[in-house]
Amino acid sequence: MATRLQSRPLCQAGRASAGELATGGAAGAHGPWRPGPLQDETLGLASVPSQWRGVQGVRGETKSCQTASIATADAGTQGRKREDAQVQTEAPVRPAPPVPRPDEPRLLAFLRRVEPAVTRELSRNWQSHAFDGFEVTWTEPQQTVTCLHTLGYPPAQGQGLHVTSVSWNATGSVLACAYGRLDDGDWSTLKSYVCAWNLDRRGLHPQQPSAVVEVPSAVMCLAFHPTQPSQVAGGLYSGEVLLWDLSRREDPLLWRTGLTDDTHTDPVCQVVWLPEAGHSHRFRLLSVAPDGKVLLWQGGGTGPLQLREGFALAMQQLPRSARLRKPPRGETEVGATAVALSSFDPNLFILGTEGGFPLKCSLAAEEAALVRTPSSVPLRAPARFAFSPQGGPIYSVSCSPFHRNLFLSAGTDGHAHLHSALQAQPLASLRLSQQYLFAVRWSPARPLLFAVASGEGAVQLVDLQRSSQKPAVSVSQTQDGSPVYCLEFNKQQPQLLAAGDAKGTVKVWGLSTALTEQGPREMEDLDRLAAEVAPEGDGAAGCVGQV
Amino acid sequence: MIRKTEVEETLKRIQSHKGVIGTMVVNAEGIPIRTTLDNSTTVQYAGLLHQLTIKAKSTIRDIDPQNDLTFLRIRSKKHEIMVAPDKEYLLIVIQNPCE
Repeated sequence: MATRLQSRPLCQAGRASAGELATGGAAGAHGPWRPGPLQDETLGLASVPSQWRGVQGVRGETKSCQTASIATADAGTQGRKREDAQVQTEAPVRPAPPVPRPDEPRLLAFLRRVEPAVTRELSRNWQSHAFDGFEVTWTEPQQTVTCLHTLGYPPAQGQGLHVTSVSWNATGSVLACAYGRLDDGDWSTLKSYVCAWNLDRRGLHPQQPSAVVEVPSAVMCLAFHPTQPSQVAGGLYSGEVLLWDLSRREDPLLWRTGLTDDTHTDPVCQVVWLPEAGHSHRFRLLSVAPDGKVLLWQGGGTGPLQLREGFALAMQQLPRSARLRKPPRGETEVGATAVALSSFDPNLFILGTEGGFPLKCSLAAEEAALVRTPSSVPLRAPARFAFSPQGGPIYSVSCSPFHRNLFLSAGTDGHAHLHSALQAQPLASLRLSQQYLFAVRWSPARPLLFAVASGEGAVQLVDLQRSSQKPAVSVSQTQDGSPVYCLEFNKQQPQLLAAGDAKGTVKVWGLSTALTEQGPREMEDLDRLAAEVAPEGDGAAGCVGQV
Repeated sequence: MIRKTEVEETLKRIQSHKGVIGTMVVNAEGIPIRTTLDNSTTVQYAGLLHQLTIKAKSTIRDIDPQNDLTFLRIRSKKHEIMVAPDKEYLLIVIQNPCE
């Protein structure tokens, strides 16, 4: 109904507008003309359909929609109550062993009872000479020094190689020797060997080592690991330091330093194992060379031996007396030729130098060394004290295993010097050879005994208790007088002494009982010897810092 | 207290003899109860000499049941060790031999 009602006025309007349009059109058509008189005119009907939606027949449709009812729910939650408590167990305190509360009166009675007897025996014993000169022979005494084994490796001897170094392993049953050359200053590509014999093995073949390692360069020094019986370290002519495991037949090489800026630029003169501070089972390798460097290496994991610490000797940093008269220009290194570790002070070591003066050095040194050689670790200056020089370069030094201050040095002047670490002048100077002395070692069993290897082919044993001037025993190792280059006591079996010579032969000497059994008052004599004041010489050595 | 001092003084008297290195008293179980030496040395000496004294005593008794051990002296290259035995205690004195 509504739509119909609305449509009518529209129709009328449409009609009216149609009329207007018609008149308009007529007016337009007759524009220039005068309007004519109004007259009825019937015009055609124009019908305009309604635009209204309702008229268009759009029928409304009723639709309804309903959203789903919103479901709500309530839930409550509540955190639980928490409580923390800690508990700590204490390390079990071991109950102190019950100190037996001595029954004082009974103890006193006992002491009163025994005191007269004990007193009598004590004073009688002190005055008694009943046992003077009394010796018990528990074992068959060995009267002479005898050669037990003569070992050699024919291929090395055929090349004319010398035995440059010998070393006993941790158990004292394996003896290793290094082949190299000491008389040849040239770089060479000569192959060289490290050979080892197990002396305790049945069927020992003296010409057939139980292990042979081929080395591309001459081996200058060897040192068995202090606890690992099959590991041996060696220093090469090329300056490299290597570590072998002789139990690995195919590939014995464990670690090497490689040739880097850190390695020695001169032949390595000596390698020694140094217990690491705080770790009784871990060791580092200390190597010395005439390039003036003392380097501390450590293996571990894969890759080369790592340089841990380094020391360098510069002429300017030596104690004044040890310097040359003419001050050197620039930095001049001091060639180190031998090293010995103190048995008492873990930081102390003695260096033998090409200048002939032993140096007391400390691993704890802080001062930086005045050298400009490149190195991956800062090099420090270790020298603390310089002793008065010998007549030529030192070849070997050895620290006493029985006294903290005593050490020996031996060198090209044929003298062995007995030094106290507290005095610049040697306590004693023994002329033992017309030629060089190549090695000196204290006996591990007798405090007053040491051995030297001489250039005349002799192994000499000096017993300071018997004579402080000439050797007690001298045995000739080589028939033709070619030099003996190295010797080493066996620490496990002190009656064994190994010596290597220029003929490529290693001899194992069995020492006599007198040379292995400590005398009743030997320690006291050693203390007395160490306390002696050295005779004043002409050249006084200076001291750096605290001694 | 007076008695304790007397024990200490007796031990001090023995210790002051010429050449004496150490003195110790060990009970019947081999446990040291008085010593002038360091701990580890004392324990070692006490244990070993206690055993040796028992062995020496039984040796003497086995040879002659009427006999008994009264004093034990051990001469070594470096020392003279004296043991005074008793049913409850041992007195051990270590002395340097005469010069």
